[in-house]
Amino acid sequence: MTQVLDHPVKPAPLATGAERTARRRAVLEWIAVHSLGVAAALFFTLPFVFVFLTSLMSDSQALSRDLIPHTWEWDNYRKVFDTPGFLTWWKNTLLYAGLGTVLTVVSSIPVAYALAKFRFRGRNLSLMLVISMMMLPPQVVVIPMYLFWAKQLDLSGTLWPLIVPMAFGDAFSVFLLRQFLMTIPNEYLDAAKVDGCGDLRTLLRVVLPMARPGIAAVALFQFFYAWNDYFGPQIYASENPGAWTLSYGLESFKGAHHTDWNLTMAATVLVMAPVILVFFFAQKAFVEGVTLTGVKG
Amino acid sequence: MSAVTLASKRRRSALRTLAFMSPWLIGFAVFFAYPLISTVYFSFMHYDGFRPPTWSGGKNWTYVFEHYPLFWPALRNTLWLVVVMVSLRVLFGLGVGLLITRIKTATGVFRTLFYLPYLAPPVASTMAFAFLLNPGTGPVNSLLEKAGLPAPGWFNDPTWSKPALTLLALWGVGDLMVIFMAALLDVPTEQYEAAELDGASAWQRFRYVTLPNISPIVMFAVVTGVIQTMQYYTQPLVAGKVASGVIQGAGTQFEPGYPDKSTLTLPQLVYNLGFQRFDYGSACVVALVLFALSMAFTALLMRRRGGLIQAGD
Repeated sequence: MTQVLDHPVKPAPLATGAERTARRRAVLEWIAVHSLGVAAALFFTLPFVFVFLTSLMSDSQALSRDLIPHTWEWDNYRKVFDTPGFLTWWKNTLLYAGLGTVLTVVSSIPVAYALAKFRFRGRNLSLMLVISMMMLPPQVVVIPMYLFWAKQLDLSGTLWPLIVPMAFGDAFSVFLLRQFLMTIPNEYLDAAKVDGCGDLRTLLRVVLPMARPGIAAVALFQFFYAWNDYFGPQIYASENPGAWTLSYGLESFKGAHHTDWNLTMAATVLVMAPVILVFFFAQKAFVEGVTLTGVKG
Repeated sequence: MSAVTLASKRRRSALRTLAFMSPWLIGFAVFFAYPLISTVYFSFMHYDGFRPPTWSGGKNWTYVFEHYPLFWPALRNTLWLVVVMVSLRVLFGLGVGLLITRIKTATGVFRTLFYLPYLAPPVASTMAFAFLLNPGTGPVNSLLEKAGLPAPGWFNDPTWSKPALTLLALWGVGDLMVIFMAALLDVPTEQYEAAELDGASAWQRFRYVTLPNISPIVMFAVVTGVIQTMQYYTQPLVAGKVASGVIQGAGTQFEPGYPDKSTLTLPQLVYNLGFQRFDYGSACVVALVLFALSMAFTALLMRRRGGLIQAGD
């Protein structure tokens, strides 16, 4: 039992009275810590549980105060998929998140590499600008950006105003990747140079394979960013339901179904589920990214 | 090495840097510098998106600060969120981080469970909380009433809407938990052992060993928390929309801040002025206020040497 303490009490050959009290205290502490842990786990999981249970209730029961479904209406999920537009929103979200992620990763890698490994004048200034861009709310520049995309290029009602900028380096991804590339020792780069590799070859053949965890973290954050984005689609796609994403369309469920919390909650589960599934497959890369930058995506 | 080859080598290395940096340089110019300058320009123009913009001097500025009814409530709410939500999130994140470093059984399971809510898409988690906390049939109020406790109106009551948002923010504390967990595990164990030998109590060990060691991370969490508050948009907007029962779609105008302006935040004003009132000039004024506030706190983050984000090396 002493193992469970954070500072284990050394086992003694003969248990004296003092050691017995110490051991009893250790057991009590174990119980206290784990009870708190269970209480916290309930706080973090019960909302998911209630949402899931409600998503399986019948229409009439969803209006009641019962917590457990009387009948399990799995059909609710089919109804959600049958809602006009729902599959289109899935498709749009996958396009925005998928293509956006690929573009972000490809365009951010060379920038992060230059910021991490090249010596040049203005490097610190560039890095400070990257951090500043990362910290700015998107609303700061949205008015001219909207006028640019909508009035000059006539692209409102599509997701392109959100996807195209991702081909030009995303500040957060550049910063996270740069932090990761800093941890790669310069000896590897020097060795590649001695072997006659140019900068591009060094990046592709030596650095990228070593940076895989960092790239995975960036890709995940970017995917989640696009999946979760509400403001972007609201600005550029709201006028055209054919271009809505899941995060934007989800809200209209509550409107269309009024008080049908069961269908709204089923749709909510369907928007949450992919993110959580992706997380389970890539947990390590994700947590690494959080600790590397300390900033959420 | 002759001067000529040195110069050409320098030029080559400058070109190489330029080539690698080019995606971001273009992005910076087109999607940041140009629109930022434009925002300043439009803040002095009268522009509704249909007639060509005309010079209006400081009119937009006086309108926003003196006549726009939503500006000061939004700023007051932001202050409330900075004081209450940010500090509670940091305290709670530290608490959960301390707890997780002490849990020695099934640590991975606990950690994952604590972290998951942070990942839930903001619209989805806000919808979930709007359901959980709805005053009519919500499970939370059902349980509170069963326990004989008062059942607040949460997102439907101006005094409870921000606490409800705070509850939602505390639920998604996973990012801070991970950061604090990493910081706590980095505290040298010798320091704890030395303190224990000196007979320090648990509280004294926390106060004189743990806290000094993790204080840069606490500072980091507070400042990034404030910066995130400047961007706080989706949760208050969706909570207000869902609670007020507004139906989304063409032709519906939602006056943000339901109930009674209590969930207004600054980014919502940019949307309200620009895309609901078609007053692009005043929207740019609010955007610049947002810019100034965010930049001030970002500067704070970068200026502190050691600990927080280090720009140089």
